[in-house]
Amino acid sequence: MSEKTIAQVNEDLLRPVLRTTRRFWIAVLLLGSVVAAGIGAFGYQVWNGIGVWGINRPVFWAFDITNFVFWIGISHAGTLISAILRIADAGWRRPVTRCAEVITLFALMIGGIFPIIHLGRPWLFFWMIPYPSERQIWPQFRSPLAWDFFAIGTYLTGSFIFLAYPMIPDFALVRDKVTGWRKKLYTVLALGWRGTPRQWHRLEKAMHIMAIVIIPVAVSVHTIVSWDFAMAPVPMWHSTIFGPYFVAGAIFSGIAGLIIAMAFLRKVLSLEDYLLPVHFDNLGKLLLTMCLVWVYFIFSERLTVWYGNESAEMAVFWTTQRGPFAPLFWTMVFCNFIIPFPLLAIKRFRTTITGVVIASWTVVIGMWLERYLIIVPSLSHKYLPYTYGSYRPTWVEVTILVASNAAMGLLYILFSKFVPIVSIWELKVGSHKPPVVHHRLSVVRDSSPTGASAIDDGLLTTDQ
Amino acid sequence: MARKWGMVVDLDRCTGCEACVVACRAENNVPTVGEDQAGRGRAMHWIRVERYWEGEFPEARLKFRPVLCQQCDAAPCEPTCPTYASHHTSEGLNAQIYNRCIGTRYCANACPYSVRFFNFYNPVWDKPFHLQLNPDVSVREVGVMEKCTFCVQRIQAAEIQAEAEQRDLKDGEFNPACVQTCPPKAMVFGDLNDPGSEVARLTRSNRATQLLGELGTRPSVTYFEAESWEEGEKDQG
Repeated sequence: MSEKTIAQVNEDLLRPVLRTTRRFWIAVLLLGSVVAAGIGAFGYQVWNGIGVWGINRPVFWAFDITNFVFWIGISHAGTLISAILRIADAGWRRPVTRCAEVITLFALMIGGIFPIIHLGRPWLFFWMIPYPSERQIWPQFRSPLAWDFFAIGTYLTGSFIFLAYPMIPDFALVRDKVTGWRKKLYTVLALGWRGTPRQWHRLEKAMHIMAIVIIPVAVSVHTIVSWDFAMAPVPMWHSTIFGPYFVAGAIFSGIAGLIIAMAFLRKVLSLEDYLLPVHFDNLGKLLLTMCLVWVYFIFSERLTVWYGNESAEMAVFWTTQRGPFAPLFWTMVFCNFIIPFPLLAIKRFRTTITGVVIASWTVVIGMWLERYLIIVPSLSHKYLPYTYGSYRPTWVEVTILVASNAAMGLLYILFSKFVPIVSIWELKVGSHKPPVVHHRLSVVRDSSPTGASAIDDGLLTTDQ
Repeated sequence: MARKWGMVVDLDRCTGCEACVVACRAENNVPTVGEDQAGRGRAMHWIRVERYWEGEFPEARLKFRPVLCQQCDAAPCEPTCPTYASHHTSEGLNAQIYNRCIGTRYCANACPYSVRFFNFYNPVWDKPFHLQLNPDVSVREVGVMEKCTFCVQRIQAAEIQAEAEQRDLKDGEFNPACVQTCPPKAMVFGDLNDPGSEVARLTRSNRATQLLGELGTRPSVTYFEAESWEEGEKDQG
């Protein structure tokens, strides 16, 4: 592949930060207006009452919690994948990690909004937070919703730190290259980074700790999200498989989300020399693995329910297999397995970026449907046939769903405006091809200690 | 010993007249949501009479089952509530504290009996029905879950009265609105911890069954079914 000098890398990766195109403004305007529509829909809901949604008795949760689980799932793209790749010291991760970690942060922010806006009285959401109230009332710590609060809060904090630490040297690089208001901004953001050996050493150590700590946090978050369902005695919710099943589903949809975001960045920011086909190929292999894991889980789940033949569960089971929810169920199977599996398993398709991206889109749609199919059929077919119900979303719920996607796009675009979306220093460090991690950092330490762009000569090979 | 309120419903006496439903609405200020909202599955009735058909026409028979909050001892709705709005009282009731409810609706999802009702909008009473609201019962606002209380306002009033007169509560001294109004006397209410009460005596009957008791919810409502719902089978009772 192409060999680039440090100057070229700086130029390529800083371009999106330093130059604002007309396309950027159009995208921000478009996505911003969709997000505004979503906020408007929420305002309409608060003003009139949550009855403007399609939820009813017994389907008290539908799009709201589907979106919540979906976005928390997407959030597993980043931190988890990037942490695993860091620990495994997979060299090819370097241009990918930051795009992934940003997805985590934003997806958590968006996902975390849904449990708040889905409340009947959202203005009282803070009662879920343990704070010293004058009435001495604490949250119910036995409630999985209270666990959610802690799980998401921890993951949000952890993934912010995980994202923020490696941005510091890049902020310093930008600081050294710009003038005017940007200089002031990035001076603050760089937190006094000077690239001294001590600073590099601390950064390296902090990243090692965070990479290890964040993995159990990520696993626990989606397990706890699954317990929102598994703890309730609702047919086909009350299942021990839900923890690992949800974690696998989350990583599955997370990788798909990451691939889509990378393909988008590659095109829009002209990063063809950095986000290479090999990255899509490798992530495609990960996606393929998770695709098979997901199929294994859903097969185990369905088989045990069918074989157990418990009447209330069978009512839910058949409504998804051949009843009113069957079209959605089989669409999900198509989207999550039948389409992506050959695209990812056959090398000819997987090595094309288009093939992997198509597979990712179907997976993202399929995984949204999966969450919907966990929630709505079970709630609409609880134990007493007299109370069976159905569900149809209203424009308010659809608007909020679309707006949540637009919010993701908007936040992503704004982020890549202010921060180099590919970690520049990590890319440079990786290019020196040292035998082990510590030596790699000593390369940095040996070079000029004063500037952030410490490695400023030599060729840089971006090929893996 | 603290009281533990319970109820027995004799399904073989129930005629499905729904007088209990009407009485409950009047007593507890249960909102009428209107045709459109009811069509969306948002009708509210703290007690409902479930109607099931048994057999094929012309041999078909109707079976009725009044279903109200079962005031479970191991209620799935209680630990799921993140704010303690749904909690257990010392007298065995599943209390719902409207002021504390933020509307997660998790309790209603966890309830296997679907006897929890949500205020999707602020309730309205068309004139002149606003004049018939029971002053002993608060009305609930939008975004709040509500449910059968075993007419806790009547329990409180009777307990306060008995305490003022320095005497024990008599069995059958007061009843929830549904029990009081039931024309065929299909429902009996009382203190399960008082072995002499009628409800305690009936609960010990071998006709006693529990609705979805196999889920381990330990309901305080007991149903009597002399004849099985399955055609031809006779219960031992």
